[in-house]
Amino acid sequence: MGGLQKKKYERGSATNYITRNKARKKLQLSLADFRRLCILKGIYPHEPKHKKKVNKGSTAPRTFYLLKDIRFLLHEPIVRKFREYKVFVRKLRKAYGKAEWTGVERLRDNKPGYKLDHIIKERYPTFIDALRDIDDALSMCFLFSTFARTGKCHVQTITLCRRLTVEWMNYVVTSRSLRKVFLSIKGIYYQAEVLGQLITWLVPYQFAHDHPTDVDYRVMATFTEMYTTLFGFINFRLYQTLNLVYPPKLDSKAESELKAEHEEDYAMDSESYLEKLSALSASLARVVATAEEEENQLDHFPTEGEDLENMQAREKEQKEQEAQKRLFEGLKFFLNREVPRESLAFILRCFGAEVSWDKSLCIGGTYEVTDETITHQIVDRPDMDKQYINRYYIQPQWVFDSVNAKMRLPVEDYFLGTTLPPHLSPFVEEKDGDYVPPEKLKLMALQRGENPVQEEEEDDDDEEEEEEDEEEEEEEELTEEKNLKKMEDKRAQGKTLAVKVTPGKVKPWETGSAGNKVRLEQEEKAEEKRLAIMMMKKKEKYLYDKIMFGKKRTTREVNKLTAKRKAHEDASKAQKKQKKAKKQ
Amino acid sequence: MKPRVSNLIGRQTPCPQVLLNKVIEHDIRNTVGNVPMEWYQDYPHIGYNLDGKKIFKPIRNKDELDEFLDKMENPDYWRTVHDKTTASDIRLTDEQVDLVHRLQKGQFGDVNFNEYEPSVDFFTNEVMIHPVTNRPQDKRSFIPSLIEKEKVSKLVHAIKMGWIKPRKPKETTPQYYDLWAKEDPNAILGRHKMHVPAPKMRLPGHEESYNPPPEYLLTEEERLVWEQQDAEDRKLPFLPQKHSCLRAVPAFSRFIHERFERCLDLYLCPRQRKMRVNVNPEDLIPKLPKPKDLQPFPTTMSLVYRGHTSLVRSISASPTGQWLVSGSDDFTVRFWEVNTGRCMKTLEVGGAVKSVAWNPNPAVCLVAVESTVLLLNPSLGDRLVVSSTDQLITSYEPPEEDKEQAVTWALSEGPEHNKGHRLTLTHPKAVKQVVWHGKGDYLSSVMPDNSSNLQVLIHQVSKRRTQNPFRKSKGLVQCVSFHPLRPYFFVATQRYVRIYNLIKQELTKKLMTNCKWISSMAIHPGGDNLICGSYDCRLAWFDLDLSTKPYKMLRHHKKALRGVAFHRNYPLFASGADDGSVIVCHGMVYNDLLQNPLIVPVKVLKGHQITHDLGVLDVTFHPTQPWVFSSGADATIRLFT
Repeated sequence: MGGLQKKKYERGSATNYITRNKARKKLQLSLADFRRLCILKGIYPHEPKHKKKVNKGSTAPRTFYLLKDIRFLLHEPIVRKFREYKVFVRKLRKAYGKAEWTGVERLRDNKPGYKLDHIIKERYPTFIDALRDIDDALSMCFLFSTFARTGKCHVQTITLCRRLTVEWMNYVVTSRSLRKVFLSIKGIYYQAEVLGQLITWLVPYQFAHDHPTDVDYRVMATFTEMYTTLFGFINFRLYQTLNLVYPPKLDSKAESELKAEHEEDYAMDSESYLEKLSALSASLARVVATAEEEENQLDHFPTEGEDLENMQAREKEQKEQEAQKRLFEGLKFFLNREVPRESLAFILRCFGAEVSWDKSLCIGGTYEVTDETITHQIVDRPDMDKQYINRYYIQPQWVFDSVNAKMRLPVEDYFLGTTLPPHLSPFVEEKDGDYVPPEKLKLMALQRGENPVQEEEEDDDDEEEEEEDEEEEEEEELTEEKNLKKMEDKRAQGKTLAVKVTPGKVKPWETGSAGNKVRLEQEEKAEEKRLAIMMMKKKEKYLYDKIMFGKKRTTREVNKLTAKRKAHEDASKAQKKQKKAKKQ
Repeated sequence: MKPRVSNLIGRQTPCPQVLLNKVIEHDIRNTVGNVPMEWYQDYPHIGYNLDGKKIFKPIRNKDELDEFLDKMENPDYWRTVHDKTTASDIRLTDEQVDLVHRLQKGQFGDVNFNEYEPSVDFFTNEVMIHPVTNRPQDKRSFIPSLIEKEKVSKLVHAIKMGWIKPRKPKETTPQYYDLWAKEDPNAILGRHKMHVPAPKMRLPGHEESYNPPPEYLLTEEERLVWEQQDAEDRKLPFLPQKHSCLRAVPAFSRFIHERFERCLDLYLCPRQRKMRVNVNPEDLIPKLPKPKDLQPFPTTMSLVYRGHTSLVRSISASPTGQWLVSGSDDFTVRFWEVNTGRCMKTLEVGGAVKSVAWNPNPAVCLVAVESTVLLLNPSLGDRLVVSSTDQLITSYEPPEEDKEQAVTWALSEGPEHNKGHRLTLTHPKAVKQVVWHGKGDYLSSVMPDNSSNLQVLIHQVSKRRTQNPFRKSKGLVQCVSFHPLRPYFFVATQRYVRIYNLIKQELTKKLMTNCKWISSMAIHPGGDNLICGSYDCRLAWFDLDLSTKPYKMLRHHKKALRGVAFHRNYPLFASGADDGSVIVCHGMVYNDLLQNPLIVPVKVLKGHQITHDLGVLDVTFHPTQPWVFSSGADATIRLFT
């Protein structure tokens, strides 16, 4: 007999995984540093298939990393920087303790830092990869840029985030790539299509944050560190694709226009420049001055029949998109001071409108309220004292709904003081069987070019008819009651009732009519299906049951929503009636 | 420094002059110093005064009563302090009390001390005519230092040589460049192939809108439920709200939380690729031939045989198909005409009838009652058949030597004979089932009993002989059956079906049914297939040529199966269960060995009421027509045609 004794957990899946603590020891890092490294390098734990085997027989809850991942981390130059930083902190503390102030200064000057460029390049080998993963970076940077410059995180980070987000917004405006916007209770969602990638981000409303205590800001700061690097490189590349100067510069023409105004009111040149950029009212300078971008038309390739249809669909889509890009072109907006300026200016500029605001609100307003050429003024207050006749006073939701509908919606529903129609999410794509709110149906009809006004009138007619019906029913009830009363009276008088037998109706399915046949056929089909289900294998049956359960749940939810809607409409109708009655 | 009051008085050191004078009058100061007074516990004295004389303790110590009396009577008690070093009580003077009060308030001990005196600077900021010191300056403060010069020249030299460079200004803003200028899509690390990109955040639905359609808002009850739920159980992580205008929308309080949770998800969550099954549920349903094409099979209930008053345990049809016999718990056996539903005969047998079986050959019917097996002549129909049956029974000639048998055979006579009883086989235990062999001469009875080997008996009617084929018990026997063509004998125990060769007297096969408890068994008339019903709602179809494991397992009943049956001519089999339904299936067996049997459920027949949780108890097919009989716990027998 020969051979070595086989030992447990020395081969197989147990050797592919490593616990977090062991990984930490292998890398000689503290937990905080290990966490930071994992965030920067994008390493995440893995769930082994056989946890007990990997855990060497124990069932204690542990986090496992792939051993390959940890080996990969071993070669990371940043690990050395982490260690250097640790030493630096120790030296600094010592110098402080000894009150060697020159030493402290010297150490401060030589503070070890690191760059994340190579990590970004390694994590995202191609530009498209990076662009695909930018959603979180955008949301995070937008959040950090709204932080107050006190505590919580470095001021540099906040200013950098602000700078990058302004650059991004400017890019989106210039490339006109915004597609959808949504006002949620959390903030404003934007969706842009950049180089074929759909990018969604969330911007909080402009309020001071109530900083929670159970959030680890160090983790968030590490993420932001990585995201700002990534975001900067992406911005650079995006500006390059549009032949824009990076870091962004205002068009010389626009700059001179802006300069004429109250420059000295603003404190510093460097700060006011960012402000001017963030005003989004001026176009950016280009590396090569071009007149206007030519329309990039789709080339026609003569192909087979089925592709032709695809092509046509694509062409149509392209056309629609072009139309959407020019949605607000030629319109002149003025933002009142109570509406969120930045988001509205951003959206309106993305679709080609001209925007201005009160000059005390922000730098960069190009015309005054008194300008007669203004077509729309966006107002979010119940009433206005002084109104110009030749412009619409609308609530901000109109802009958002119009963008989502890809057309200028009728402004009547959004006038001052009117109750707004519900704001729907543009991200919901209903499959058949899902609940579609009636507003969406109306909108879809509008997009197809049908006129909903007539329908409404019809609705009114229906209502009236219904009312009449109800009245008739009431009358019927009344007569019935009378009959009953008569009968009771008779009974009281002791007369025998004339018993009458009315001939019963023959139900349609009992006779051999056409409906009967259809019904029978359906029943037969249903039974066949039931019998076939009996013959299913156990595994398939389980799957089938699960699918059917899911379907049933969705239908149940849909039914619930429809019922709720109906109840709500009934209630509102009743209210209307009451009001009418009161008026009369 | 804040000295404790007792110490102050004991030592009398920091007292002002006035106090001291008074104390000097009777100065009994202890000179032992600051030592624990416990050291003097065993001595009559407690130390020494200034002259070195012993200070004696007072003769009588004050006890608590004295203390109390003192407290009550002495008006100066509050200002009396006990001095441990001299063991005497000292009454504090007014000045001392004042001092104590002042110190307690944190004021200076000296009354006359002014803490707010104007400060007078010694050195002033103004240049005076006469300086404070008039020392002349050193010479070295006028001439340049050589050492410093040397150091500076060294530095200058180093700068000239380019050894010392000015500090680079720190780059505060990060520099960006075209990182992907030379992007090579093939240069993807192996690790990235395994990489699972993080899923994107879920996009918001209508309910997240600041002004959602009214149906998405929660009602009062739903809101209460939402508030009481744990954060993990909630379907929506937020409460939908409606705001009349954008101006009224407040900040979302959990915004930072949600972003932080996303961060945690990104670096702490294990990622896994999950394959989503995207199948059309219709595709999962097996494609079977239409039941319409598999006719004939029973489809409607056409007759109900009423008459029994208790549950009908067993039914059996005569080989001609004209008669039906049923045994019930109301101690009767009834004979029915199949076509009319008339009860032709009722026989009282004095015990619950567990099983009935019609002899496949002549008109002898067999009934198992409690612990007896009765052979009956129903005397129905053709007189020739009746007489031949009687002849068969009377033609028996007892053998010369009488052997000891497990059961006693007794010929019925008198009134019982007139009723139809012919032979009575008294068994030692309760009989559960009786079966005829296809020829009609042999019959087998089952007495389930786990402990003994006497569970199955085979009787030969013509010779009135009984055999016990098994020497050992292999478990609780549920039912037995004869092979329709060959000399095989099937015995079903709780979980297995054993097939014995009766000629060779050996076990040929053992079928694993995968059931917990077999209830019934039926054999295909071809003899190569077998179905087993079980109490755990399953029906197992065995192809004996194929394997000892079930070829097909059907779970079409909701409750325990009670009876299964094959049709003799048509490719049909039926099963009855406690859910009150009889399911008829098409079970085609092909002569071609390569083709597996085709099993298609064709009809669910309902009609029996469920009484005491029991539905259908037995099913049997009509011998020639595609009809099925079922007997149920609701005391009826039903015919489905």
